[in-house]
Amino acid sequence: MDNLFNLFVRSIFIDNMIFAYFLGMCSYLAVSKTVKTSVGLGLAVVFVLVVTAPVNWLVDYYLLKPGALAWLSPELADLDLSYLSFIIFIAVIAAIVQLVEMVVEKFSPSLYNALGIFLPLIAVNCAILGVALFVQEREYTSISEVTVFAFGSGIGWFLAIATLAAIREKIAYSNIPKPLRGLGITFIITGLMAIAFMSFMGIKI
Amino acid sequence: MSESKIAKEKEPMFSAKILKLLKNPFNLENPVTVQVLGICSALAVTVQMKPALVMALSVTIVTAFSNLIISALRNTIPSRIRIIVQLAVVAALVIIVDQLLKAYVYDVSKKLSVFVGLIITNCILMGRLEAYAMGNKPWPSFVDGIGNGLGYGIILVIVAFFRELLGSGKFFGFHVIPKTFYEWGYMDNGLMILPPMALITIGIIIWVQRSRSTELQEK
Repeated sequence: MDNLFNLFVRSIFIDNMIFAYFLGMCSYLAVSKTVKTSVGLGLAVVFVLVVTAPVNWLVDYYLLKPGALAWLSPELADLDLSYLSFIIFIAVIAAIVQLVEMVVEKFSPSLYNALGIFLPLIAVNCAILGVALFVQEREYTSISEVTVFAFGSGIGWFLAIATLAAIREKIAYSNIPKPLRGLGITFIITGLMAIAFMSFMGIKI
Repeated sequence: MSESKIAKEKEPMFSAKILKLLKNPFNLENPVTVQVLGICSALAVTVQMKPALVMALSVTIVTAFSNLIISALRNTIPSRIRIIVQLAVVAALVIIVDQLLKAYVYDVSKKLSVFVGLIITNCILMGRLEAYAMGNKPWPSFVDGIGNGLGYGIILVIVAFFRELLGSGKFFGFHVIPKTFYEWGYMDNGLMILPPMALITIGIIIWVQRSRSTELQEK
């Protein structure tokens, strides 16, 4: 349990998807103009991450890993399908995003209106595929670990985009040098936020 | 039919239009600093020159060939499922690149870790496929892919150059800052190696670029 909590805190603050690995940068920069839309996108990312990461882990653990097919028959024990993982992961993510979109549309139109336009965007958000690949690379061994890691990463991403959007709303009124306006200053703000987040390094609970 | 075909073939391989496709991404249509595509990997792999260069080459190859393939298929892809088709083509190409990197430059491939896989969701690819390859002929699309890949690569190399030089005093892994400097009290800036400085370096590149070409400035 301690271990899981530690993983959760780590994935939010220390291994933050944006500030430590720069994953999901494109939508992070593009959709962070207002707090409202960025909160919507952030929630959608958390949601999709928590759904897709465990599914991808299961696929990896029972189908793709070297020797993973041993449960099917002993002859398949030395089969290694891990080279297929990119294409399978992205297919799983795209399929789940589509599925989530349909389910949400059916059962909760208000949530659909809030998340609606962002869901298709998310299929190509690097943060989602990134988490699946990190899970594979770091060889997590239980589904609870994977879920906690995915949830923490999602929350970290959410925090990052929501704070950036809040700052950008404020600086809309400030007098920034012309060439820096828009994209340039956003990069520098993100860099400064990343330095601030570095102060969490070394925290261990 | 045959006449139009001949007319088409007569168009030179490197007309002014094609050269423009190759040149524009370096400055006015740079994928990273102007179109804001593919930032994720641009930042993460730029601690040293070598991974940055390998990454730039991989992205160029994947962009060029996925543009070529999708452009060749563009009239047969139903528009409803085009994203999935594009992802499948890109993923297949990335798998090939990944296996090649693992076979020939294993240490770099370990350093790039998940970022090779993340070429799939690199926005440059999807952006160029959607914006260019779906509406143009294969050869211009191929050139467009190469141009954008190189435009992305140049930013990667610039960022990596400064981060490696200032962060560890090296260039391609060789010490270039003379020993005497260190004896006089010069120190490597450890902050340059850490992630935040990648963001700030790109911010500064954008700043320099936009003060030179004023038409890019935002209001």
